[in-house]
Amino acid sequence: MCLAVPGRVLDIEDRDDTRMARVDFGGVVKDVCLEYTPDMAVGDYAVVHVGFALQRLDEQSALDTLREFERMGELEAEFGDHWGRAATEAGLPRPEGTEPTPELTSQAAAKPPANLQSERNLS
Amino acid sequence: MKYLEEFSDPELAKRLVDDIHATVTRPWAIMEVCGGQTHSIIRHGLDQLLPDEIELIHGPGCPVCVTPLEIIDKALEIASRPDVIFCSFGDMLRVPGSEQDLFRVKSAGGDVRVVYSPLDAMTIARNNPDKQVVFFGIGFETTAPPNAMTVYQAKRMGIENFSLLVSHVRVPPAIEAIMQSPTCRVQAFLAAGHVCSVMGTEEYPALAETYRVPIVVTGFEPLDILEGIRRTVRQLEEGRHVVENAYQRAVPEEGNPTARAMLKDVFEVTDRAWRGIGMIPQSGWRLSEKYRDYDAEHRFSVTGIRTEESSICRSGEVLQGMIKPHECEAFGTICTPRNPLGATMVSNEGACAAYYLYRRLDAPATATAATAAPLATNAAPVGAGAPVG
Repeated sequence: MCLAVPGRVLDIEDRDDTRMARVDFGGVVKDVCLEYTPDMAVGDYAVVHVGFALQRLDEQSALDTLREFERMGELEAEFGDHWGRAATEAGLPRPEGTEPTPELTSQAAAKPPANLQSERNLS
Repeated sequence: MKYLEEFSDPELAKRLVDDIHATVTRPWAIMEVCGGQTHSIIRHGLDQLLPDEIELIHGPGCPVCVTPLEIIDKALEIASRPDVIFCSFGDMLRVPGSEQDLFRVKSAGGDVRVVYSPLDAMTIARNNPDKQVVFFGIGFETTAPPNAMTVYQAKRMGIENFSLLVSHVRVPPAIEAIMQSPTCRVQAFLAAGHVCSVMGTEEYPALAETYRVPIVVTGFEPLDILEGIRRTVRQLEEGRHVVENAYQRAVPEEGNPTARAMLKDVFEVTDRAWRGIGMIPQSGWRLSEKYRDYDAEHRFSVTGIRTEESSICRSGEVLQGMIKPHECEAFGTICTPRNPLGATMVSNEGACAAYYLYRRLDAPATATAATAAPLATNAAPVGAGAPVG
Protein backbone atom coordinates (compact mmCIF):
# COMPACT_ATOMS: atom_id res chain seq x y z
CA MET A 1 0.00 0.00 0.00
CA CYS A 2 2.81 2.38 0.81
CA LEU A 3 4.61 1.65 -2.43
CA ALA A 4 4.11 4.12 -5.25
CA VAL A 5 4.21 2.58 -8.71
CA PRO A 6 5.05 4.43 -11.91
CA GLY A 7 2.51 4.19 -14.73
CA ARG A 8 1.78 5.62 -18.18
CA VAL A 9 -1.36 7.64 -18.88
CA LEU A 10 -3.39 5.95 -21.64
CA ASP A 11 -6.34 8.34 -21.81
CA ILE A 12 -7.94 11.13 -19.78
CA GLU A 13 -11.57 12.02 -19.13
CA ASP A 14 -13.64 14.08 -16.73
CA ARG A 15 -15.84 11.88 -14.56
CA ASP A 16 -18.21 13.68 -12.17
CA ASP A 17 -16.05 16.80 -12.57
CA THR A 18 -13.01 14.79 -11.53
CA ARG A 19 -10.00 14.40 -13.81
CA MET A 20 -9.50 10.65 -14.25
CA ALA A 21 -7.19 8.55 -16.42
CA ARG A 22 -6.60 4.96 -17.32
CA VAL A 23 -3.01 4.21 -16.40
CA ASP A 24 -0.85 1.28 -17.52
CA PHE A 25 1.44 -0.24 -14.88
CA GLY A 26 3.54 -2.70 -16.85
CA GLY A 27 0.45 -4.40 -18.27
CA VAL A 28 -1.99 -3.84 -15.41
CA VAL A 29 -4.43 -1.04 -16.23
CA LYS A 30 -6.12 0.92 -13.44
CA ASP A 31 -8.31 4.01 -13.07
CA VAL A 32 -6.23 6.82 -11.62
CA CYS A 33 -7.23 10.26 -10.36
CA LEU A 34 -5.20 13.16 -11.85
CA GLU A 35 -6.58 15.93 -9.63
CA TYR A 36 -3.20 16.35 -7.90
CA THR A 37 -1.27 16.45 -11.19
CA PRO A 38 -3.58 18.46 -13.45
CA ASP A 39 -0.99 19.05 -16.19
CA MET A 40 -0.50 15.36 -16.98
CA ALA A 41 -1.15 14.45 -20.63
CA VAL A 42 -1.67 11.18 -22.49
CA GLY A 43 1.66 9.34 -22.76
CA ASP A 44 3.13 10.95 -19.63
CA TYR A 45 4.42 8.87 -16.72
CA ALA A 46 3.44 9.49 -13.12
CA VAL A 47 4.22 8.14 -9.67
CA VAL A 48 0.89 6.66 -8.60
CA HIS A 49 -0.16 5.94 -5.07
CA VAL A 50 -3.37 3.96 -4.36
CA GLY A 51 -5.05 5.29 -7.48
CA PHE A 52 -3.76 8.88 -7.36
CA ALA A 53 -0.97 10.38 -9.46
CA LEU A 54 1.24 12.33 -7.07
CA GLN A 55 4.23 13.36 -9.21
CA ARG A 56 5.30 13.32 -12.81
CA LEU A 57 8.19 10.99 -13.65
CA ASP A 58 10.44 10.92 -16.70
CA GLU A 59 9.95 7.96 -19.03
CA GLN A 60 13.35 6.34 -18.53
CA SER A 61 13.08 6.41 -14.72
CA ALA A 62 9.55 5.05 -14.92
CA LEU A 63 10.54 2.16 -17.20
CA ASP A 64 13.58 1.32 -15.08
CA THR A 65 11.47 1.26 -11.92
CA LEU A 66 8.69 -0.79 -13.50
CA ARG A 67 11.19 -3.35 -14.74
CA GLU A 68 12.76 -3.52 -11.29
CA PHE A 69 9.37 -3.85 -9.57
CA GLU A 70 8.27 -6.60 -11.93
CA ARG A 71 11.51 -8.49 -11.34
CA MET A 72 10.99 -8.23 -7.58
CA GLY A 73 7.32 -9.25 -7.72
CA GLU A 74 6.20 -5.86 -6.39
CA LEU A 75 3.54 -5.44 -9.09
CA GLU A 76 1.89 -8.70 -8.05
CA ALA A 77 2.00 -7.56 -4.40
CA GLU A 78 0.32 -4.26 -5.31
CA PHE A 79 -2.25 -5.39 -7.87
CA GLY A 80 -2.58 -9.14 -7.31
CA ASP A 81 -5.03 -11.33 -5.44
CA HIS A 82 -4.92 -10.02 -1.85
CA TRP A 83 -7.51 -12.46 -0.49
CA GLY A 84 -5.74 -15.44 -2.03
CA ARG A 85 -2.41 -14.38 -0.61
CA ALA A 86 -3.91 -13.69 2.83
CA ALA A 87 -5.61 -17.10 2.80
CA THR A 88 -2.36 -18.84 1.90
CA GLU A 89 -0.42 -16.98 4.56
CA ALA A 90 -3.05 -17.68 7.21
CA GLY A 91 -3.45 -21.32 6.19
CA LEU A 92 -7.20 -20.75 6.07
CA PRO A 93 -9.75 -21.25 3.30
CA ARG A 94 -10.50 -18.26 1.07
CA PRO A 95 -13.63 -16.51 2.41
CA GLU A 96 -16.77 -16.83 0.31
CA GLY A 97 -17.20 -14.17 -2.34
CA THR A 98 -13.53 -13.29 -2.66
CA GLU A 99 -12.70 -15.28 -5.77
CA PRO A 100 -10.51 -13.26 -8.15
CA THR A 101 -12.54 -11.46 -10.79
CA PRO A 102 -11.89 -12.28 -14.47
CA GLU A 103 -10.58 -8.73 -14.76
CA LEU A 104 -7.94 -9.36 -12.09
CA THR A 105 -6.98 -12.70 -13.57
CA SER A 106 -6.48 -11.28 -17.05
CA GLN A 107 -4.55 -8.32 -15.68
CA ALA A 108 -2.22 -10.51 -13.69
CA ALA A 109 -1.50 -12.56 -16.78
CA ALA A 110 -1.09 -9.54 -19.03
CA LYS A 111 2.28 -8.92 -20.60
CA PRO A 112 4.20 -5.74 -19.92
CA PRO A 113 3.94 -3.12 -22.66
CA ALA A 114 6.17 -3.59 -25.68
CA ASN A 115 8.55 -0.82 -24.71
CA LEU A 116 9.11 -2.48 -21.35
CA GLN A 117 9.80 -5.83 -23.00
CA SER A 118 12.32 -4.40 -25.42
CA GLU A 119 14.00 -2.67 -22.48
CA ARG A 120 14.28 -6.00 -20.80
CA ASN A 121 15.81 -7.67 -23.84
CA LEU A 122 18.55 -5.09 -23.85
CA SER A 123 19.55 -5.73 -20.28
CA MET B 1 29.72 -9.31 -2.45
CA LYS B 2 27.67 -12.15 -3.79
CA TYR B 3 24.62 -9.95 -4.19
CA LEU B 4 26.07 -7.35 -6.55
CA GLU B 5 25.10 -9.19 -9.72
CA GLU B 6 21.46 -9.05 -8.65
CA PHE B 7 21.34 -5.26 -9.10
CA SER B 8 19.75 -3.80 -12.22
CA ASP B 9 23.09 -2.05 -12.79
CA PRO B 10 25.81 -4.09 -11.03
CA GLU B 11 28.56 -1.67 -12.14
CA LEU B 12 26.84 1.31 -10.53
CA ALA B 13 26.09 -0.74 -7.42
CA LYS B 14 29.78 -1.64 -7.13
CA ARG B 15 30.85 1.99 -7.52
CA LEU B 16 28.43 3.10 -4.78
CA VAL B 17 29.49 0.34 -2.40
CA ASP B 18 33.18 1.00 -3.09
CA ASP B 19 32.70 4.70 -2.40
CA ILE B 20 31.01 3.96 0.93
CA HIS B 21 33.86 1.62 1.92
CA ALA B 22 36.45 4.22 0.93
CA THR B 23 34.70 7.00 2.87
CA VAL B 24 33.90 5.37 6.18
CA THR B 25 36.45 5.61 9.01
CA ARG B 26 34.39 4.88 12.14
CA PRO B 27 31.05 3.43 13.29
CA TRP B 28 27.80 5.13 12.26
CA ALA B 29 24.17 4.27 12.95
CA ILE B 30 21.73 5.27 10.21
CA MET B 31 17.96 4.84 10.44
CA GLU B 32 15.90 4.16 7.34
CA VAL B 33 12.50 5.52 8.31
CA CYS B 34 10.36 3.76 5.75
CA GLY B 35 9.29 0.12 5.97
CA GLY B 36 9.49 -0.19 2.19
CA GLN B 37 13.17 0.64 2.43
CA THR B 38 13.63 -1.87 5.27
CA HIS B 39 12.06 -4.52 3.08
CA SER B 40 14.37 -3.69 0.19
CA ILE B 41 17.47 -3.60 2.43
CA ILE B 42 16.83 -7.02 3.98
CA ARG B 43 15.60 -8.63 0.79
CA HIS B 44 18.68 -7.59 -1.18
CA GLY B 45 21.12 -7.94 1.69
CA LEU B 46 22.20 -4.32 1.26
CA ASP B 47 23.39 -4.10 4.86
CA GLN B 48 25.74 -7.02 4.18
CA LEU B 49 27.38 -5.10 1.36
CA LEU B 50 28.23 -2.23 3.70
CA PRO B 51 31.35 -1.84 5.84
CA ASP B 52 31.00 -3.30 9.35
CA GLU B 53 31.09 0.26 10.70
CA ILE B 54 27.66 1.05 9.23
CA GLU B 55 24.63 -0.14 11.16
CA LEU B 56 21.21 0.29 9.63
CA ILE B 57 18.52 0.78 12.27
CA HIS B 58 15.04 -0.04 10.99
CA GLY B 59 12.56 2.74 11.68
CA PRO B 60 8.83 2.93 12.46
CA GLY B 61 7.69 3.80 8.92
CA CYS B 62 5.41 0.84 8.35
CA PRO B 63 1.88 2.27 8.32
CA VAL B 64 0.21 -1.08 8.82
CA CYS B 65 2.46 -1.81 11.82
CA VAL B 66 1.90 1.45 13.68
CA THR B 67 -1.89 1.65 13.24
CA PRO B 68 -3.04 1.51 16.87
CA LEU B 69 -4.67 -1.64 18.14
CA GLU B 70 -7.64 0.41 19.31
CA ILE B 71 -8.35 1.53 15.74
CA ILE B 72 -7.97 -2.04 14.45
CA ASP B 73 -10.50 -3.22 17.03
CA LYS B 74 -12.85 -0.39 16.03
CA ALA B 75 -12.45 -1.42 12.39
CA LEU B 76 -13.29 -5.03 13.26
CA GLU B 77 -16.37 -3.98 15.21
CA ILE B 78 -17.64 -1.72 12.42
CA ALA B 79 -16.87 -4.33 9.75
CA SER B 80 -18.93 -6.92 11.66
CA ARG B 81 -22.10 -4.83 11.46
CA PRO B 82 -24.71 -6.18 9.04
CA ASP B 83 -25.46 -2.72 7.63
CA VAL B 84 -21.81 -2.01 6.75
CA ILE B 85 -19.59 -2.65 3.73
CA PHE B 86 -16.07 -2.23 5.07
CA CYS B 87 -13.40 -1.37 2.49
CA SER B 88 -9.67 -1.57 3.06
CA PHE B 89 -6.31 -1.86 1.36
CA GLY B 90 -5.28 -5.52 1.09
CA ASP B 91 -2.39 -5.07 3.54
CA MET B 92 -4.76 -4.75 6.47
CA LEU B 93 -6.58 -8.10 6.12
CA ARG B 94 -4.42 -10.05 8.52
CA VAL B 95 -3.30 -7.36 10.94
CA PRO B 96 -4.15 -8.80 14.35
CA GLY B 97 -6.65 -6.99 16.53
CA SER B 98 -7.13 -7.98 20.16
CA GLU B 99 -9.02 -11.11 19.14
CA GLN B 100 -9.32 -11.45 15.39
CA ASP B 101 -8.62 -9.75 12.06
CA LEU B 102 -10.53 -8.52 9.00
CA PHE B 103 -9.92 -11.81 7.19
CA ARG B 104 -11.80 -13.69 9.91
CA VAL B 105 -14.57 -11.08 10.00
CA LYS B 106 -15.04 -11.73 6.28
CA SER B 107 -14.98 -15.52 6.80
CA ALA B 108 -17.68 -15.10 9.46
CA GLY B 109 -19.92 -13.33 6.95
CA GLY B 110 -18.95 -9.67 7.33
CA ASP B 111 -18.91 -7.65 4.11
CA VAL B 112 -15.20 -6.76 3.92
CA ARG B 113 -13.87 -5.69 0.54
CA VAL B 114 -10.36 -5.01 -0.69
CA VAL B 115 -10.06 -1.94 -2.89
CA TYR B 116 -7.15 -0.56 -4.85
CA SER B 117 -8.09 3.08 -4.31
CA PRO B 118 -10.26 4.90 -1.76
CA LEU B 119 -12.25 6.22 -4.75
CA ASP B 120 -13.30 2.60 -5.39
CA ALA B 121 -14.85 2.58 -1.91
CA MET B 122 -16.76 5.76 -2.74
CA THR B 123 -18.09 4.12 -5.91
CA ILE B 124 -19.25 1.15 -3.82
CA ALA B 125 -21.08 3.65 -1.58
CA ARG B 126 -22.86 5.19 -4.58
CA ASN B 127 -23.89 1.75 -5.81
CA ASN B 128 -25.16 0.63 -2.39
CA PRO B 129 -27.23 3.52 -1.03
CA ASP B 130 -28.92 1.26 1.54
CA LYS B 131 -25.56 0.37 3.15
CA GLN B 132 -23.04 2.29 5.18
CA VAL B 133 -19.69 2.12 3.37
CA VAL B 134 -16.60 2.69 5.50
CA PHE B 135 -13.07 3.05 4.17
CA PHE B 136 -10.12 2.27 6.45
CA GLY B 137 -7.94 5.36 5.94
CA ILE B 138 -4.52 4.58 7.33
CA GLY B 139 -0.98 5.42 6.34
CA PHE B 140 1.60 8.19 6.14
CA GLU B 141 1.68 11.36 4.06
CA THR B 142 1.52 9.17 0.94
CA THR B 143 -1.96 7.70 1.40
CA ALA B 144 -3.35 10.78 3.13
CA PRO B 145 -3.88 12.86 -0.07
CA PRO B 146 -5.90 10.10 -1.79
CA ASN B 147 -8.06 9.68 1.31
CA ALA B 148 -8.46 13.45 1.69
CA MET B 149 -9.57 13.80 -1.94
CA THR B 150 -12.08 10.97 -1.51
CA VAL B 151 -13.72 12.59 1.51
CA TYR B 152 -13.73 15.93 -0.31
CA GLN B 153 -15.46 14.30 -3.28
CA ALA B 154 -17.95 12.47 -1.07
CA LYS B 155 -18.95 15.74 0.56
CA ARG B 156 -19.08 17.56 -2.77
CA MET B 157 -21.33 14.91 -4.29
CA GLY B 158 -23.41 14.45 -1.14
CA ILE B 159 -22.60 10.75 -0.74
CA GLU B 160 -23.81 10.50 2.80
CA ASN B 161 -23.48 6.75 3.31
CA PHE B 162 -19.68 6.99 2.98
CA SER B 163 -17.29 7.53 5.89
CA LEU B 164 -13.61 7.22 6.69
CA LEU B 165 -12.06 5.46 9.68
CA VAL B 166 -8.97 7.63 9.97
CA SER B 167 -5.61 6.81 11.47
CA HIS B 168 -3.07 8.82 9.53
CA VAL B 169 0.46 9.38 10.79
CA ARG B 170 3.22 11.86 9.91
CA VAL B 171 6.94 11.22 9.61
CA PRO B 172 8.59 14.41 11.01
CA PRO B 173 7.12 14.12 14.55
CA ALA B 174 8.29 10.50 14.64
CA ILE B 175 11.84 11.58 13.74
CA GLU B 176 11.64 14.16 16.49
CA ALA B 177 10.43 11.58 19.02
CA ILE B 178 13.23 9.20 18.07
CA MET B 179 15.85 11.94 18.49
CA GLN B 180 14.43 12.96 21.86
CA SER B 181 14.67 9.46 23.28
CA PRO B 182 17.37 9.42 25.98
CA THR B 183 18.92 6.30 24.52
CA CYS B 184 18.75 7.33 20.88
CA ARG B 185 21.62 5.92 18.86
CA VAL B 186 20.52 7.26 15.48
CA GLN B 187 23.06 9.60 13.87
CA ALA B 188 21.43 10.11 10.48
CA PHE B 189 18.20 9.43 8.63
CA LEU B 190 17.22 8.18 5.22
CA ALA B 191 13.93 10.06 4.75
CA ALA B 192 11.10 8.30 2.91
CA GLY B 193 11.11 9.38 -0.73
CA HIS B 194 7.43 9.16 -1.53
CA VAL B 195 6.41 10.98 1.64
CA CYS B 196 8.56 13.83 0.33
CA SER B 197 6.99 13.53 -3.15
CA VAL B 198 3.88 14.86 -1.42
CA MET B 199 5.21 17.02 1.41
CA GLY B 200 8.46 18.23 -0.14
CA THR B 201 11.54 18.69 2.01
CA GLU B 202 10.78 21.85 3.96
CA GLU B 203 9.85 20.07 7.21
CA TYR B 204 13.34 18.56 7.50
CA PRO B 205 16.02 21.32 7.68
CA ALA B 206 14.86 22.36 11.17
CA LEU B 207 15.13 18.74 12.36
CA ALA B 208 18.59 18.31 10.79
CA GLU B 209 19.75 21.52 12.44
CA THR B 210 18.18 20.97 15.87
CA TYR B 211 19.42 17.42 16.27
CA ARG B 212 22.55 17.80 14.15
CA VAL B 213 21.66 14.80 11.96
CA PRO B 214 22.05 14.44 8.20
CA ILE B 215 18.70 13.70 6.54
CA VAL B 216 18.89 12.30 3.02
CA VAL B 217 15.68 11.90 1.01
CA THR B 218 15.98 8.41 -0.46
CA GLY B 219 14.06 6.21 -2.90
CA PHE B 220 13.12 2.57 -2.59
CA GLU B 221 15.02 0.62 -5.17
CA PRO B 222 18.30 -1.02 -4.09
CA LEU B 223 20.46 1.46 -6.03
CA ASP B 224 18.51 4.41 -4.59
CA ILE B 225 19.11 3.13 -1.08
CA LEU B 226 22.84 2.65 -1.67
CA GLU B 227 23.05 6.19 -3.04
CA GLY B 228 21.17 7.53 0.01
CA ILE B 229 23.55 5.71 2.33
CA ARG B 230 26.58 6.92 0.35
CA ARG B 231 25.51 10.55 0.70
CA THR B 232 24.66 10.09 4.38
CA VAL B 233 28.05 8.56 5.16
CA ARG B 234 29.81 11.41 3.33
CA GLN B 235 27.99 13.95 5.49
CA LEU B 236 28.69 12.05 8.69
CA GLU B 237 32.39 11.73 7.91
CA GLU B 238 32.63 15.41 6.98
CA GLY B 239 30.76 16.49 10.12
CA ARG B 240 27.90 18.04 8.15
CA HIS B 241 24.19 17.72 8.91
CA VAL B 242 22.00 19.06 6.15
CA VAL B 243 19.01 17.87 4.15
CA GLU B 244 19.99 16.33 0.82
CA ASN B 245 17.68 15.04 -1.87
CA ALA B 246 18.95 11.80 -3.37
CA TYR B 247 15.59 11.12 -5.03
CA GLN B 248 15.15 14.17 -7.20
CA ARG B 249 13.41 12.33 -10.01
CA ALA B 250 10.30 12.01 -7.83
CA VAL B 251 10.79 14.69 -5.17
CA PRO B 252 10.66 18.39 -6.01
CA GLU B 253 11.56 20.62 -3.08
CA GLU B 254 7.99 21.88 -2.71
CA GLY B 255 6.43 18.39 -2.97
CA ASN B 256 2.93 18.49 -4.43
CA PRO B 257 1.36 21.84 -3.45
CA THR B 258 -2.13 20.84 -4.65
CA ALA B 259 -2.08 17.74 -2.47
CA ARG B 260 -0.75 19.69 0.49
CA ALA B 261 -3.54 22.23 0.16
CA MET B 262 -6.11 19.43 0.15
CA LEU B 263 -4.53 17.86 3.24
CA LYS B 264 -4.77 21.18 5.02
CA ASP B 265 -8.44 21.53 4.16
CA VAL B 266 -9.60 18.01 5.00
CA PHE B 267 -7.36 17.05 7.92
CA GLU B 268 -6.08 18.65 11.09
CA VAL B 269 -2.99 17.68 13.06
CA THR B 270 -3.67 15.66 16.19
CA ASP B 271 -1.79 13.62 18.79
CA ARG B 272 -1.68 9.99 17.70
CA ALA B 273 -0.83 6.72 19.42
CA TRP B 274 1.49 4.46 17.42
CA ARG B 275 1.02 0.74 17.94
CA GLY B 276 3.70 -0.67 20.22
CA ILE B 277 5.26 2.76 20.69
CA GLY B 278 2.73 4.99 22.39
CA MET B 279 1.47 8.50 21.91
CA ILE B 280 3.60 10.86 19.83
CA PRO B 281 2.45 14.49 20.05
CA GLN B 282 1.16 16.07 16.83
CA SER B 283 2.03 12.94 14.88
CA GLY B 284 -1.31 12.26 13.24
CA TRP B 285 -4.10 13.68 11.15
CA ARG B 286 -7.82 13.45 11.78
CA LEU B 287 -10.70 14.86 9.76
CA SER B 288 -11.15 18.57 10.32
CA GLU B 289 -14.35 19.97 11.83
CA LYS B 290 -15.75 20.68 8.36
CA TYR B 291 -15.63 16.96 7.46
CA ARG B 292 -16.46 15.52 10.88
CA ASP B 293 -19.73 14.05 9.56
CA TYR B 294 -17.62 11.72 7.40
CA ASP B 295 -15.65 10.38 10.37
CA ALA B 296 -16.59 6.73 10.97
CA GLU B 297 -15.60 6.96 14.64
CA HIS B 298 -18.08 9.80 14.96
CA ARG B 299 -20.78 8.03 12.97
CA PHE B 300 -20.64 4.64 14.69
CA SER B 301 -20.59 4.32 18.43
CA VAL B 302 -17.39 2.39 18.83
CA THR B 303 -16.25 4.00 22.04
CA GLY B 304 -15.47 1.94 25.09
CA ILE B 305 -13.33 -0.56 23.22
CA ARG B 306 -10.67 -2.05 25.47
CA THR B 307 -7.55 -3.30 23.80
CA GLU B 308 -4.93 -5.73 24.94
CA GLU B 309 -1.56 -6.03 23.25
CA SER B 310 0.18 -9.38 23.29
CA SER B 311 2.37 -9.45 26.40
CA ILE B 312 5.05 -11.36 24.49
CA CYS B 313 5.29 -9.31 21.29
CA ARG B 314 8.19 -6.81 21.22
CA SER B 315 7.21 -5.12 17.99
CA GLY B 316 7.33 -1.73 19.71
CA GLU B 317 11.04 -2.17 20.36
CA VAL B 318 11.54 -3.36 16.79
CA LEU B 319 9.69 -0.31 15.46
CA GLN B 320 11.88 2.01 17.52
CA GLY B 321 15.07 0.35 16.33
CA MET B 322 15.87 -0.85 19.85
CA ILE B 323 16.13 -4.50 18.89
CA LYS B 324 16.37 -6.38 15.61
CA PRO B 325 13.42 -8.71 14.93
CA HIS B 326 15.31 -11.94 15.60
CA GLU B 327 16.28 -10.71 19.06
CA CYS B 328 12.67 -11.25 20.16
CA GLU B 329 12.14 -14.66 21.80
CA ALA B 330 8.90 -15.15 19.92
CA PHE B 331 10.42 -14.50 16.47
CA GLY B 332 10.06 -17.55 14.25
CA THR B 333 8.85 -19.69 17.13
CA ILE B 334 5.40 -18.71 18.37
CA CYS B 335 5.28 -15.65 16.08
CA THR B 336 5.33 -16.34 12.35
CA PRO B 337 3.53 -14.84 9.34
CA ARG B 338 0.93 -17.59 9.74
CA ASN B 339 0.33 -16.84 13.43
CA PRO B 340 1.52 -13.26 13.92
CA LEU B 341 1.58 -11.74 17.40
CA GLY B 342 2.17 -8.26 16.05
CA ALA B 343 1.60 -6.31 12.87
CA THR B 344 5.33 -6.20 12.06
CA MET B 345 5.15 -9.93 11.28
CA VAL B 346 2.24 -9.44 8.84
CA SER B 347 2.92 -6.39 6.78
CA ASN B 348 4.98 -6.35 3.60
CA GLU B 349 6.76 -3.41 5.13
CA GLY B 350 7.17 -4.88 8.60
CA ALA B 351 10.72 -5.58 9.73
CA CYS B 352 9.79 -8.91 11.37
CA ALA B 353 8.15 -10.20 8.18
CA ALA B 354 11.15 -9.10 6.13
CA TYR B 355 13.58 -10.87 8.47
CA TYR B 356 11.40 -13.97 8.55
CA LEU B 357 10.97 -14.13 4.77
CA TYR B 358 14.60 -13.64 3.97
CA ARG B 359 15.95 -15.57 6.94
CA ARG B 360 18.39 -12.96 8.09
CA LEU B 361 19.05 -14.53 11.47
CA ASP B 362 22.73 -13.64 11.30
CA ALA B 363 22.29 -9.86 11.52
CA PRO B 364 24.48 -8.34 14.22
CA ALA B 365 22.80 -7.52 17.52
CA THR B 366 23.85 -4.17 18.89
CA ALA B 367 21.06 -2.82 21.08
CA THR B 368 19.44 -4.52 24.01
CA ALA B 369 16.22 -3.82 25.82
CA ALA B 370 18.22 -3.27 28.98
CA THR B 371 19.95 -0.21 27.56
CA ALA B 372 17.12 1.21 25.50
CA ALA B 373 14.02 3.07 26.62
CA PRO B 374 10.74 3.66 24.81
CA LEU B 375 10.74 6.89 22.84
CA ALA B 376 7.25 8.03 23.67
CA THR B 377 6.49 9.38 27.09
CA ASN B 378 3.54 7.17 27.93
CA ALA B 379 4.50 4.03 26.06
CA ALA B 380 3.54 0.86 27.79
CA PRO B 381 6.37 -1.62 28.25
CA VAL B 382 6.16 -4.35 25.66
CA GLY B 383 7.29 -7.84 26.48
CA ALA B 384 9.86 -8.94 28.98
CA GLY B 385 13.09 -10.86 29.25
CA ALA B 386 16.48 -10.52 27.66
CA PRO B 387 16.98 -10.63 23.92
CA VAL B 388 18.23 -13.84 22.43
CA GLY B 389 20.48 -12.32 19.82
